[in-house]
Amino acid sequence: MSLDLRLPLGLLFAVLGLLLTAYGLLGNAAVYAVSLGINVNLWAGLGMLAFGALMLAGVWLGTKGTKPE
Amino acid sequence: MTLHGIDYAIIAIYFVFVLGIGAALKRFMKTSLDFFESGRSLAAWITGLAFISANLGAQEVIGMAASGAKYGIMTSHFYWVGAIPAMIFVGVFMMPFYYGSRAHSVPEYLRLRFDEKTRALNAISFAIMTLFSSGISMYVMGRLFQLLLGWDINVSIVVSAAVVLVYILLGGLTSSIYNEVVQFFLIVFGFLPLAVVGIMAAGGWTGLQERLGPVATNAGFAAGAWTQSWQHMGSPQANPMGVEWFGMAMGLGFVLSFGYWCTDFLVIQRAMAAKSMNAARRTPLLAAIPKMFFPFLVILPGMIAIALLPAGAFVFNGKTDYNMAMPLMLQKFYPPGLLGLGLTALLASFMSGMAGNVTAFNTVWTYDIYKAYLHPNAGEADYMRMGRIATVVGTLASIATAYVAMMFGNIMDLLQLVFSFINAPLFATFLLGMFWARATANGAFWGLISGTLAAATHYGLTGVGAEAASRLHMYPSDMAQNFWGAIWAWSTCFVVTIVVSLVTRPRDGADLKGLVYSLTPRITEEGIAWYRRPAVLAIVVGVLTVGLNVYFW
Repeated sequence: MSLDLRLPLGLLFAVLGLLLTAYGLLGNAAVYAVSLGINVNLWAGLGMLAFGALMLAGVWLGTKGTKPE
Repeated sequence: MTLHGIDYAIIAIYFVFVLGIGAALKRFMKTSLDFFESGRSLAAWITGLAFISANLGAQEVIGMAASGAKYGIMTSHFYWVGAIPAMIFVGVFMMPFYYGSRAHSVPEYLRLRFDEKTRALNAISFAIMTLFSSGISMYVMGRLFQLLLGWDINVSIVVSAAVVLVYILLGGLTSSIYNEVVQFFLIVFGFLPLAVVGIMAAGGWTGLQERLGPVATNAGFAAGAWTQSWQHMGSPQANPMGVEWFGMAMGLGFVLSFGYWCTDFLVIQRAMAAKSMNAARRTPLLAAIPKMFFPFLVILPGMIAIALLPAGAFVFNGKTDYNMAMPLMLQKFYPPGLLGLGLTALLASFMSGMAGNVTAFNTVWTYDIYKAYLHPNAGEADYMRMGRIATVVGTLASIATAYVAMMFGNIMDLLQLVFSFINAPLFATFLLGMFWARATANGAFWGLISGTLAAATHYGLTGVGAEAASRLHMYPSDMAQNFWGAIWAWSTCFVVTIVVSLVTRPRDGADLKGLVYSLTPRITEEGIAWYRRPAVLAIVVGVLTVGLNVYFW
């Protein structure tokens, strides 16, 4: 048995997703002039957060379902 | 390009995680099997994503966007013709021999199937090529970040090499593979918004087609030359690549692509780390699914760049350099935040490309050179120690090559040319080795040597454009010369291997069990769910790839 990759993968993307989401919500909206007025940080942040949460949920369900070896 | 606090924060978090993964894996690295082969324990989705990410280095992200700008959608041939068919073939037909023979490496398979000298030839040339490609990718990265952000090139090279060194020493191949998977998702999240915002700015696919029309006609081609992948391939003069369909399909689609995806230990090593034969076979097939959509992430931004940016944007110091297509797009469309993510994805792809080379090198060095010729009967601990030493030496040698690249750009071009001569005939050897029991060791060895000589001779006798006046044959472009050189090399190796095999003594069939198709029992797929069967996956991947080719015809 080795380290479950979904754990660091989920953590990394949850952290990065939170950071980008917060920056998108709280940061200066003027910076989005370059990206056609779309708050791309918010969208990308939410996407990464969802992906991170999915990976972590997988780890959590996995440890519940299998007996420790 | 200026970075803000948020961008630096994203880059910093990534570095912390990369090193953290290495540290967390340290306690699982007990034997050389763990260190070099991840204990053959990984799930297919992990090895599959690592399979494509190991190849996703400097060339892919920067180079494919550059080709997108220079050649348009035809660049997709490097995926839909030059990668997917070979990935299907290696998964369905070749993986049973790599994984099933219990060889530690691709060169070791050659020893089991043929003999020591064929293995030595392959192992030594692979080890040298790996170090050079690792060094070149380090140099490219250092120069890019110097150009974009003003980072000192020496610091970039040393810091990235140090991080890679630490995480491989800690977690071996598993570390490298895990970081490749992380990099894959960083690339997706970092570059997908660029493709989406870019295509919106261009007015959708139809808008992009309209804008690329004048780009094509100004260059002297039909209006659709940048947006139709096959229609202008009747003659090399009708398309910007300067290649006709036959050279493309045979040279790139068959010889070069199969030679890389089916025999290069860098990618095969990922599949061999899988936990079962079925997982190993599904590795390249699962990898093919994201791979076929990569053109939208890496080629499309280049096409959008040439459509939207003024022509002068690509001129640096009086020379046109399409390699800046991707960085220019990031600069144009990304605000702080995503810019940091995009650059992190680039950094990650450079670093994991390097890590892939270093892990392939330490395995081939330890098993195929050190254990085979220098110290055959050492114990387990000794090979583990040698693996760590090889990791350090390999990283240092990569740094040295990066500096050689910096100082003598021309020598690097020459070396890459020589490497292409060595690689071109390889697939003929493996194809005959795996599917023709009569092929002998001497046949394989002399086939490889003569194939490489044929590639070199072809290069010497032909030329491109004006320089070709005194040569035997003139090709319309470098790419055409390269593809046809590969075709000649492969055919020579194929014929010489057969002829020499027929006049040398064959091996006893009993020795070849598990190494040759006709002498190996078929793998039973009973009890495996239909969606986990390699054949089913292969058909799905094949149909999707044909669909993409037809859609962008």
